[in-house]
Amino acid sequence: MNPNYLDFEQPIAELQAKIDELRNVGSDNAINLDEEIRRLQIKMRQKIRGIFKDLTPWQISQLSRHPLRPYTLDYIEKIFDEFHELHGDRTFADDHAIVGGLARFRGRAIMFIGQQKGRDTKAKIFRNFGMARPEGYRKALRLMNMAARFRLPLVTFIDTPGAYPGVGAEERGQSEAIARNLQVLSRLPVPVICTIIGEGGSGGALAIGVGDRVNMLQYSTYSVITPEGCASILWKDAANAQSAATALGITSARLKELGLVDKVIREPLGGAHKNPDKVAIRVANCIEAQLEVLGAQTTDQLLDTRYKRLLSFGEFNG
Amino acid sequence: MSWFQKLMPSRIRTEGGTKRNVPEGLWTKCAACSAVLYKPELDRNLAVCPKCSKHMPVAARVRLEQFLDPGEKREIAGDLEPVDTLKFRDQKKYRDRIIAAQKKTGEKDALIALVGKLAERDIVACAFEFAFMGGSMGSVVGEKFARAGQECLRLKVPLVCFSATGGARMQEGLLSLMQMAKTSAVLGRMAEEGIPYISVLTHPTTGGVSASLGMLGDINIAEPGALIGFAGPRVIEQTVREKLPEGFQRSEFLLEKGAIDMILDRRQLRDEIAAMLALMMDGEPAKVVSGEVVA
Repeated sequence: MNPNYLDFEQPIAELQAKIDELRNVGSDNAINLDEEIRRLQIKMRQKIRGIFKDLTPWQISQLSRHPLRPYTLDYIEKIFDEFHELHGDRTFADDHAIVGGLARFRGRAIMFIGQQKGRDTKAKIFRNFGMARPEGYRKALRLMNMAARFRLPLVTFIDTPGAYPGVGAEERGQSEAIARNLQVLSRLPVPVICTIIGEGGSGGALAIGVGDRVNMLQYSTYSVITPEGCASILWKDAANAQSAATALGITSARLKELGLVDKVIREPLGGAHKNPDKVAIRVANCIEAQLEVLGAQTTDQLLDTRYKRLLSFGEFNG
Repeated sequence: MSWFQKLMPSRIRTEGGTKRNVPEGLWTKCAACSAVLYKPELDRNLAVCPKCSKHMPVAARVRLEQFLDPGEKREIAGDLEPVDTLKFRDQKKYRDRIIAAQKKTGEKDALIALVGKLAERDIVACAFEFAFMGGSMGSVVGEKFARAGQECLRLKVPLVCFSATGGARMQEGLLSLMQMAKTSAVLGRMAEEGIPYISVLTHPTTGGVSASLGMLGDINIAEPGALIGFAGPRVIEQTVREKLPEGFQRSEFLLEKGAIDMILDRRQLRDEIAAMLALMMDGEPAKVVSGEVVA
C-alpha cells in the first residue's frame, strides 16, 4: 500500500504505479509505449473522477489531513511577494505550530497568521502536529494588535487538529488564550479574512478564525470536535468516526449551506496536493477580491457588519 | 426477603422495609465527607456542606434565586427553544435528548438569564443548568447570553454569569462552535463601553465555554474545588500518557497559575460581588477604542 495515498485512493495509486513502470521501460528501450501510457492516463482520470464524485464526509475528513496536502508555509511561498516571520509571544516562548508575520500580498502590506503542520516525523514534532499551545495563540494576539496599530488587513490560514491538550498548556491558560483571541478578533478594526486550508479543529481553529470573511478549500473540514472524538463520546467507540463525520456536518458544502462559510474554493481533481500551484492562485484570487471589497468600507461599517454577522450565528425557535 | 421473613405469617411481616414513613429526599449524604445532612438546612446553607464546606451542584434557577435580591425579576429570552438543524443522530436522536432534558429539568435549554437587583443595584445575571445536557452551549445558550449582554449594553448595567458546563454542544455541530465567537463578541462590545462582566466558574467548567465567556471576565471568580479547564482530564491523560497530578485543573490550581482572581465560598458571593461592582462602577466608564486596549 502506498502511504501517500488514502485507503479509498488506492486504485489510483495502482494505476499511477503502472504508468510510472511503463515510463521506465519506455525510457530503457526503444519501444514506443506512449499509446499505452496515454490510455492508462485517461483511465486514471476517469477513476479519480469516479472516486471524487461522491466522497463521504469521512473521506473528505481524511483528505483534509492528506499527508501531501499543501500546508501554510507552501502557500506563503507561493502567494506572498515578501514574508518576514515574527516570532514569540514576548512572555513565554515561540510556538512553532503557529507561523506569523508581515507580508506583501499582490502589492498590499498585510499581517499574516497561520497554523503549520510538519511533513516528516521531525517536522511534525517541531510543529507539534499543528496543535498550538497558549503561547501560540498569544503570539497570534500580539500580531493581531500590531495589525490594528498599523492598519494592516489580517489574513489567516487555518490547519489544525485542535488546540494542544497538555498539562503545560492548561497551566498557562489555554482557555483564556483562545477566549481572548475570539474577543479581540471580533472587534479588530481592520479587515480580517480567514481561510481553512486543511483541518479546522474546534476552538483551536476558531482562535484565529473569527473574521469578516471565512473561506474553505473544497476538501477542508471545520468541526466543533474531531469525528473520532465525537464518536468516542457519543458512540463510546472511536470506530464510529464515519458516522460522526456525517452527523457533524463538517464539509465545506454543508457549512456553506448553513451560512457559516462565505466561499468554498474549488480544488483540482484529486485534491489540492495534485496541483498546489493552481490552488494557491485560486486562494490568492479569492483573498484579493475580498480585500478589495472590505478595504472600501469604513472601520465602523466593518465592525458593525462583523458584529451583526457574529450575533446572527445560531438556529432556534422563538 | 430473607428465608426467616418468608417463614413468618404475612400478618407480622413489615412490608416495604423500614424507610416507609420517612418522606423521600429529606435527608442527603455529602459526597465528600459522607455526613448525613438535613435537606432543608442544606438548602438554607446554599447547598454547601456545613461539615466540610463541599460545594454541591445547584440548579440554575435556584442559583439565581440565591444570588439576586428577593423581589421582581424579568427573564431574558425565556421562550427560546432548541432546534435540531443537523438532524443529528448518534445512539439517540438529538430531538429525543432535548425532550428528555426538558422533561428532567423543566427548562427549555441550558442557560437562564434574569434582570434583577444585587444589593439594590440593577444587574443581569445568568446561570448554566448543568442537568440540561451537561450544561452544553448550543445556539439557544449562545443567543440567550448574547441577549443578556445586549441588555447590559442597553441598560448600562453589569453582567454576572455562573457557568457549569462540559463545553460546546456537539449535536449542533459548527453552529455550537460559533457560539464561542458570538458570546465573545458581545463581551468585546461590553469591554469597549466599560460595562463590568464578572465570570463565576463553578464545578465543572470546561471546553468551549471555558475558552470563551468563562475566562473573559473583568474578574474571574471560582468556587472552591471546581474543575476548570480547556481539555478534559481524560483527554489530557490520553495525550500525555501519564497520571495527572492531584488537584490539577481545580480552582486552587488555577488561582496559583494566575488564571483566576479569587476563590470565593458560595456564601460570600453576593456580598463580595456587590462590593466589587460598587467600586468598579464608582466613576464614569471610560470609552475604550477597539483593538489594543481591549486586550
